[in-house]
Amino acid sequence: MQYNWFDRNLKWIYTMPAVIFVLVMMVFPILYTVRISFFEWSMSAITPPKWVGLDNYMTLLKDTRFWGAVRSTMFFTVAALAVEVVLGVAIALLLTRDFRGKNVMKTIFLLPMVSTPVAMGLVWQLIYEPTIGAANMLLKAVGLKPQLWLASPDQAISSLIIVDVWQWTPMIALIVMAGLATIPTDPYEAADVDGAGRWRKFISITLPLLKPTIMVAAMLRLIDVLKTFDIIYATTQGGPNLATETLNIYGYVLGFQYFKLGMASSLLVLFFALVMGLTIVMIWMRKRMEGRYE
Amino acid sequence: MKMFRKRWLGQGLSIVLAATMLAACSNGGGQTSNTAAGKENTQTDKVNNAAPAAKPFEGKSITLVTANHPWGDAIKPFIPEFEAETGMKVKVESYFEDQLTQKLTVQFTTGSNTPDVFMYRPLQEGKLFFKNGWVHPLDEYVNKDPEYDFADLSKSAVGSATVDGKVAGIPIITEQEILYYRKDLLEAAGIAVPKTIDELVAAVKQLHDPAKEMYGFVARGQRSPLVTQVSSFLFSEGGDFTNGDKAAINTPEAIKAFTTYGTLLKDYGPPGVLNMSWPQAIGIFAQGKVAFYTDANSIYKNATDPSKSQIADKIGFAPFPAGSAGSKPYNITSWGLAMNANAVNKEAAWAFIEWATGKEMVLKTQQAGNPGARSSVWDNPEGTTGFPAELVDVIKESVKGGVDHDRPTVISVGEARDAVGEIVQQIMTGEKNIQPVADKANEALQVIIDNEKTK
Repeated sequence: MQYNWFDRNLKWIYTMPAVIFVLVMMVFPILYTVRISFFEWSMSAITPPKWVGLDNYMTLLKDTRFWGAVRSTMFFTVAALAVEVVLGVAIALLLTRDFRGKNVMKTIFLLPMVSTPVAMGLVWQLIYEPTIGAANMLLKAVGLKPQLWLASPDQAISSLIIVDVWQWTPMIALIVMAGLATIPTDPYEAADVDGAGRWRKFISITLPLLKPTIMVAAMLRLIDVLKTFDIIYATTQGGPNLATETLNIYGYVLGFQYFKLGMASSLLVLFFALVMGLTIVMIWMRKRMEGRYE
Repeated sequence: MKMFRKRWLGQGLSIVLAATMLAACSNGGGQTSNTAAGKENTQTDKVNNAAPAAKPFEGKSITLVTANHPWGDAIKPFIPEFEAETGMKVKVESYFEDQLTQKLTVQFTTGSNTPDVFMYRPLQEGKLFFKNGWVHPLDEYVNKDPEYDFADLSKSAVGSATVDGKVAGIPIITEQEILYYRKDLLEAAGIAVPKTIDELVAAVKQLHDPAKEMYGFVARGQRSPLVTQVSSFLFSEGGDFTNGDKAAINTPEAIKAFTTYGTLLKDYGPPGVLNMSWPQAIGIFAQGKVAFYTDANSIYKNATDPSKSQIADKIGFAPFPAGSAGSKPYNITSWGLAMNANAVNKEAAWAFIEWATGKEMVLKTQQAGNPGARSSVWDNPEGTTGFPAELVDVIKESVKGGVDHDRPTVISVGEARDAVGEIVQQIMTGEKNIQPVADKANEALQVIIDNEKTK
C-alpha cells in the first residue's frame, strides 16, 4: 500500500525539488519585489518600511529620467536586435556553405559569445579610449576623423550597440545554423527544376522555412538585450549625461546608490511588465506567421 | 507506513540540503577570505600556550572586512602579531569598493552580527549606515586609554567620520586635493607653479597644444565622481554645497567654481574627458599627454610609479591653487574603520580598532604609503618616509586650510552628488546658460535635504 502511494504520486515527488526551487528562488523574489514597491525603505534597521501606496509608481511616471531610461532601453534593444538578427542570419548562411577552414571560422565566430561580458566591457573601454584606443588608431590609419565613442553623449549608445552586436550575433547565427540543418533538400530540387535563381530560392524557400527558427532566436535575444547590464555598467555606468542609462542601470542606481529600495522595486515591476508585454507580442507574431505558412 | 515515512523524510531532507547549499553558494560569491593569517597564528599560539600570559581575548574571534585598498595589504602582515598578543582570531575578507558597499548593505539589512569591524567611506555611506542603526558609536571607547590619544587624530578627519555628534568610525585614510603638474613642461615654458586658480587657467591655456596631443588640464569628468574634485574649487571661491539647511549650488560662487572646472575640461581637456573617473584621468596624465591634473593626493603612486607612468620622474606636486577665498582644498577621511552595531564581542572589536588605529600601526601603515590621520605620525620624520618629500610639504600645507567634506553632507549622498554633477556636465557639453540648470539642481538638492529633516 505504501508503495502504491509512492508510485501514484511519483510525478509530484520527482518534480517537487524543481517546483520548490522555482517558488523559493523566482516566485518569492518577484512577489517580494512587488510588495516592497509599495513602500518607502532605505534598508534601515531602525525605521521600518513606510507604506506609500502607489506613490513610487506615480513619482516614476512623472520622472523624466525614468522616461529617458525607457527610451534608451528601447533604442538599444531595437537597434541591437535588428542588426544582430540580420547579421546572424547572413553569417549562418555563409557558414553552412562548404569551404576550406569552415570549422575554424565557426569556432572563431563563436568566441565572443563565450567571453565574460564585464571583462569584455573593460576591453572595449580601452579600444574606445579616444586618445590611445585602438578604434581611433584604426580610423586615423584609414584617414578618418577620430571619434569620441563612449565619451560622447550622442555616440555612446551606438558604441555600446556595436559591442553587443559583436558579442551576441554569434548566438543568433548558432541557432539559425541549427535551423538551416533541418530544412529538407527537396524544395530546392523542385525549385531547380522550375529554374529558380539563387535569390528567388532564398526568398521563397529558405527564409519562410527558417522563419520560426529566426523568431525563436530573436525572442531569446530580445529578453536578453532588454536586461543588458554588465557591458553598460562596466563601460559608462549610464553616462555620459545619462545617455546610456537603461532601465536596469537606473534600477541599480536607485537601489544601491540612492538606497531607495521602494522606488527601485517599482521600477523593476514596470520593467517586468514591459518585458512580459514585448514577449507576448513576439509570441503572438510568431503564431500568426506560422499560421500563414502552414 | 513506517517505511514510507522514512523515505519521505529522506527525500525532504535532501531537498532542504540542496536548498541550503544553493543559498550558501549565492552568499559566498565574489569573496576572497584570508585564512593564511589565521593558519600562521595557530603555530604561534602553540608556542605561546606554554606561557599563558595576559591574553584577554583567548578563544575569541572577529571578522574584519576591508576594501581592496593598500591599507588592507599593509595591515594584513601584522595581524598574526596582534593575534598572538591578544589570543584573538581575526578573519579577514577583502572586496572591491562597489562590492564592499553592496555586501555590507545586504549583510547589515539582515541584521547579521558579522563582520565585527569593517572599512567604510565615512562621507559616502557613513550617515546612511549610522542612521540605519548599523554602526556602533565609539564615543565610550575612544577616551578609555590615554595612551591611545584620540586627540592626536586630525580634527577635520574626525569631523568627516562624526554623525550627529557621535564618533561613527575611526579615520584610517585621509586625503586632500592637490595639484599635480609636469615639472619639465613648466620649466621649458618658463612658467611658475600656479598659486591661484587664475594663474592655473593661464598656464593651462599656454601649455595646451592639441595638435601635438598635449592637453592643458585633466580631472574627473564623470557625473558623480567629479563632484568631490570640484569641491575644492567651490570652497576656494567661498562657496559650499549647502548653507545650513539650504542647498547652495546655484549661488554666484558655486556657478563660478563649476564654470571654471567645467570649462577647463571642455576647452583644455583630452578628448573623452566626459567619461573619465580618476583611473582614466590619472592614466592619461601618466601617459605624458597632460600638463596639469588635480585630484586626491592618495593616488599619487599611479603617476610616480615607473611601471605605470612614462613621466614618473617629471611630476611636481603643489597645494591646491587659491580662489577668491584662498586655497581651501578638502581634507577628509576617505576610509574609516567602524564597528557593527550587532557585533557579539564589542570589546574584542574595539581592541582590534584600537590596535589598528593606534600610533604604532598608523606609523607602519603610513610608511607603506597610506596617509593616516595622526598628527604625531606626520610630525615624526619616520612617518613620512613613504612619500616623496615634496608631497609631504604639500600635504602639511593642505591640511591647514582644509575643509572636512568633499561632497554634500546628506544621507542620500549618491542622489545629491548626481544633482551637483549634472551642472558641471552640462557646462562640459557646451550649455551656455547655466543658471537655470543650477537652479533646477539646487531645487533637487533642497528636496533631498527637506526629506531628510523628518528622519
